[in-house]
Amino acid sequence: MTPMSRIQAALAGQPNSGKSTVFNMLTGARQYVANYPGVTVEKKSGFFSCDTSRVKLIDLPGTYSLTSYSLEERVARDFLLHERPKVVVNVVDASNLKRNLYLTFQLLEMEIPVVLCLNMMDVAERRGLSIDAPKLAERLKAWVVPAVAKRNKGKDELRDAVVSASQAGGTFKPFNMDYGPLEPFLSEIEEKLSQKPGLAYPARWLAVKLMEDDHEARKLIQKDVPNPGELLDLAVQKRKKFTAEHHEVPERHTAYTRHLTACRIHEACVKAEKKSLSTLSDKIDRVACHRYLGPLILIGVIYALYELSIVQGYNLTNYTWPLLAGLRNLAAGLLPDPGFTHDPLIRSLILWFTDSVNALLNYIPIFFILFSLIAVLEDSGYMPRMAFLLDRVFRRFGLHGQSTLPLILGGVYVGGCAIPGVMACKAIPDERARLATILIVPLMNCLAKVPLYILLVSIYFPEHKGLAMFFMATVTLFMALPVAKLLTLTVLKKKESAPFILEMPPYHFPTVQAVLRRAVERVWLFLKKIVTIVAAVAIVIFVLLQFPGLSQERKAHYEALADKAKSEFHGKIQGNPYAEHVQGRNLMALILFQEKYKQERRGVKDKEKARAIDARFQEKNPAFFSIIKPKKDKDAKKVNKAFKKVVKARKKIRREIQGEKINASFLGSLGAALEPVTKWAGFNWRVNVALLSAFAAKESTVATLGTLYQQEESGSGETLESRMKEQETGFTALNALTLMLFMALYPPCIATTIMVKLQSGEIKWMLFSMVYPMVLGITFSSLVFTGGRALGLTGLQAMLAFYGLCVAATVGLALYNPRRKFSYNHAFSKKEENL
Amino acid sequence: MQTPKTKMTLNEMKPKDRCRVRKITARGPLGQRLMDMGFFPDVEIYVVRNAPLVDPVELRLGEYHVSVRHDEAGFVEVERE
Repeated sequence: MTPMSRIQAALAGQPNSGKSTVFNMLTGARQYVANYPGVTVEKKSGFFSCDTSRVKLIDLPGTYSLTSYSLEERVARDFLLHERPKVVVNVVDASNLKRNLYLTFQLLEMEIPVVLCLNMMDVAERRGLSIDAPKLAERLKAWVVPAVAKRNKGKDELRDAVVSASQAGGTFKPFNMDYGPLEPFLSEIEEKLSQKPGLAYPARWLAVKLMEDDHEARKLIQKDVPNPGELLDLAVQKRKKFTAEHHEVPERHTAYTRHLTACRIHEACVKAEKKSLSTLSDKIDRVACHRYLGPLILIGVIYALYELSIVQGYNLTNYTWPLLAGLRNLAAGLLPDPGFTHDPLIRSLILWFTDSVNALLNYIPIFFILFSLIAVLEDSGYMPRMAFLLDRVFRRFGLHGQSTLPLILGGVYVGGCAIPGVMACKAIPDERARLATILIVPLMNCLAKVPLYILLVSIYFPEHKGLAMFFMATVTLFMALPVAKLLTLTVLKKKESAPFILEMPPYHFPTVQAVLRRAVERVWLFLKKIVTIVAAVAIVIFVLLQFPGLSQERKAHYEALADKAKSEFHGKIQGNPYAEHVQGRNLMALILFQEKYKQERRGVKDKEKARAIDARFQEKNPAFFSIIKPKKDKDAKKVNKAFKKVVKARKKIRREIQGEKINASFLGSLGAALEPVTKWAGFNWRVNVALLSAFAAKESTVATLGTLYQQEESGSGETLESRMKEQETGFTALNALTLMLFMALYPPCIATTIMVKLQSGEIKWMLFSMVYPMVLGITFSSLVFTGGRALGLTGLQAMLAFYGLCVAATVGLALYNPRRKFSYNHAFSKKEENL
Repeated sequence: MQTPKTKMTLNEMKPKDRCRVRKITARGPLGQRLMDMGFFPDVEIYVVRNAPLVDPVELRLGEYHVSVRHDEAGFVEVERE
């Protein structure tokens, strides 16, 4: 057997050419996702074997061109320049060949053998186009393979072509674009370049780029060529000369030449049998982009997205949650048993850990549906329409038409999730708008903020529940939009802003396979990146909440309480025939027995099954079973009563310990230390601790409040609502309002901040996304609380006043529009001066 | 009667108008981006529709559709057909 040869190939193509479908067709399931080094652009690689070759295919970002203006183009070009793949597979939309060839020429100029994949041949045929592939191959000096990737047509031919192109070696002749009047200038620079030893890049390509005044190419020269000044000066000089002679800058001349050459080749190789009629896409767009119907359909799509993923997905978690709970119980069973007052540290730690991870894993059904639906939107071609419909609105706030989806996912109304929201920001081509969107998505109302709203609204706004919820649901957008505008006017001012030139591709029916693949891929990415880090952070928070722990004195105090409860129990059942079964350590065993029984019976409605469980427990320990299920046995009933009491006492002691531990913990001390600041916002230390614990996940706010507002001895079963109301006498509706506002502006959860880091590519922005909402939150809350109190406003009045202010700020900032054409004009005039 | 060929920019066109590109007046990233999307002299443009809030505008260049903001369209000089 001959040894396998390894070939590295790159896959390039314009957006909407069906590049990812071709990638999937060629590599099948053998692919993995990473990032290009140092940037947030996704890098997909896959493998396939053909004859005796094993090909590694790298998917380059979809680009219209190969200049150095956008990140994607730089990434694609750098890969071709520095990795020098053996072959480039260039996917083109066969029905749109002319524009696609514009990129093909730039790939050919990199002097790597090109395999042109004429994708979507079926669409081209339907439009009455016939393409002369052999002639095209001859003109381009490339391998040309017609394909319909969606139907797996052309797979083998394409694989073969990749292998034979990689073996072309010395027989390979690069395509030479004739730049006409620019040619003498190019030859001169090329000659100078050829005198420089050890140049790793194609000389002609570099010459073209230098004439085009490409900054990255100039950097390459500076880095790799000894004594670069002379060469760069020559290029500048030649540029000036050409511009003066031909009244045209070289980069425009080269682009125009590429366009004209594409036209000529198109004319020679493509025959159009009939004039194309209005397509189905045109008909759909007549409705979907209609002045009045368009926005209505958009609302319908958004509603469906919400309903299917957030609402139905949430319902689905009712079925998946028991699985996760089972996992936790399994862990609980394997760990050392709990004690009467204290649990072994390893037990609390691992259970806390599983709880934290479970809280996130619980979202997987929602994410799966959400990611599938996003894939449907992406593949169908509706996304650019969304941007088209809403760009005008968002642009006013420094955002972009494509900010729509991230904001919706984040929870524009109520109940989204910032993680997929931030993830979806990737599609925004404008760097400034993308960062602004990433930073405001966490201000939306994610699912985890809602429980606190519900708690506070039902205690403090009982008569205006609906209004208060509506306020919370909508005020966030009126805070986020002004924030976005302010960010773009300040910290993001210097970020690159891209012009809005968006292709509106024809609609496509997404394939089930592609959609599922994407959904699984993204869920997997979520699991890998997020859950691992959250797990690590969960441990840190655990330590902060548990340590330094109780003093010896307090421990002894609680031990005494426990002993008292125990001895009361034993005293009551003295002389009872069951007493001997629960002596000493057996009491604890009985408690565990009952807990286990309760756990197994929980949710079991089927009588047969319930009986089977009963029988099993009875067999395990008949005496214990009689105590927890006394039925008509009088003695057992008596013990049961006493037992219930001791169990209740145990619960109370444990809760008190937990509460005290949190107070004494690092986080608790921090909460107390922050009180002088937070009192202006109406937060006491308890609220502070609850808010601090929300850093790991906001769901825990309500849970922490639950531990802090302990139940009274008699009134067990009181809801947290009534407990909080009773124990927090100084707390008014105004406090509740500020607390909700603070929660709305709460820093993103750990998982989201990691996503912010991934999508923005810089730790700086991650930290910023954590700090600025906090500053904003404390400012707004203090303003509302202190201001509201000074003016003697009720909670409701303050709420309405604040709402009015936010809406006014939104409208005001929308109207404030400093000359936004500045950057283009600037670029324009600067170039003119140079020439 | 045929409309006289006057110097106009693309953002002055109304939906359902047809025009031909004469010149791209933007340089730098915007100029490059316009060219990359196929805005070249002599290319025919059909103005398909405006967005609900007027901006951006959807155009057809030969076989494909592109939407641009009016601000950007102002950098494309055209003549009406």
